[in-house]
Amino acid sequence: MMAALILVFSVVLLLQFFVSYCRSLIAASAKQALSPEVQDVTGITKTASGEDFARVMQLLQLCPERREDRNSVQAIGAYFSLLNFVRLTVARVVPSTRAWTETERGSCTYFAAVALERRISFSRDMLAQQMDA
Amino acid sequence: MLGPADWVIWALSMFFEASVVVCSLYRKSFRRYFFLNLYMLISFVVSVGTFRVLTQYGRSSLEYRYFYFYSEALLIISLYFALISLYSRVLHEMRVERYLRMGAVLLLAGTACFSYAVVSQSSHRMLTYFVFELCQNLYFVGLVLTYALWGAILKLRETRALLVQLVLSLGVYFSAYAASYAISNLRPDLYSYVYRLFPLMGCLLPLAWAYAIWRVPEGARLVPARLAAVPR
Repeated sequence: MMAALILVFSVVLLLQFFVSYCRSLIAASAKQALSPEVQDVTGITKTASGEDFARVMQLLQLCPERREDRNSVQAIGAYFSLLNFVRLTVARVVPSTRAWTETERGSCTYFAAVALERRISFSRDMLAQQMDA
Repeated sequence: MLGPADWVIWALSMFFEASVVVCSLYRKSFRRYFFLNLYMLISFVVSVGTFRVLTQYGRSSLEYRYFYFYSEALLIISLYFALISLYSRVLHEMRVERYLRMGAVLLLAGTACFSYAVVSQSSHRMLTYFVFELCQNLYFVGLVLTYALWGAILKLRETRALLVQLVLSLGVYFSAYAASYAISNLRPDLYSYVYRLFPLMGCLLPLAWAYAIWRVPEGARLVPARLAAVPR
């Protein structure tokens, strides 16, 4: 009985902490503006849509990986999958959560676009270093 | 015997634990987050010890099981004090450090007594059961305390991004472990599977802390109310 209670509480709090943690990662990138190049490549001008997430992630995987952002990109990928699950299940029963999941999915896409921007500038720096050497 | 995946996870875990301490030293925040770093150092030493015990006795040996559970109890107690140090940082302006320390020790003693009471009722009065029960209860107490700390952060409008990320990653870690222990307790036949997840989950906290200390500047701010899963 005790173990069952602990399990239920733990799973609920795990979800809550995971969502808040992912949102704290997203919050840091939300303030960063995208360069015109990345806006062209991703098609994101001001607000991002969740529908573009897969495409931006594909672009992200084309760039050389940076060790520093690997962890956060994976966490946001998991968060996006969780949001998709909520959209396909809970949002059908509770329509008010649909708007929330859409906004969150858009934020995930924006986060991926900011990560893409960082990877592009990282690749440029690497190339410049090779040219100098 | 250990497979290649186990070796990779073990090496990664040690690398991330060392990274937290190195990043803290580099960012000159070692003393500021002393108990967090102390936990990582203990964790690193335990990882080295685990390696020795594994190579000498093997995974299925009794020595490894004893070493695993006792080191786990030591780690969870040190993590518990790391959590209390985060409380001190959040509630610093209230000047309640003394009461916090007293409360923490009382809670720790209370959890140990409760775990003993639960184990002594069963027919198997083995010390390992006590350690297992203590770990499960301490993870749960840690989880409840982390949740209360998160509540305090939201209530006091704490805006330090680094502190917020450290607390949230601790919450994810505690809840994942508490859930795993609870599953093992409910379904002991699943323990052999859940037990394989522990090293992987053990990587998550040092990874998240190293990332936060390295990437988030001490002065960075955010609005925690916007992060809450349930809007406040």
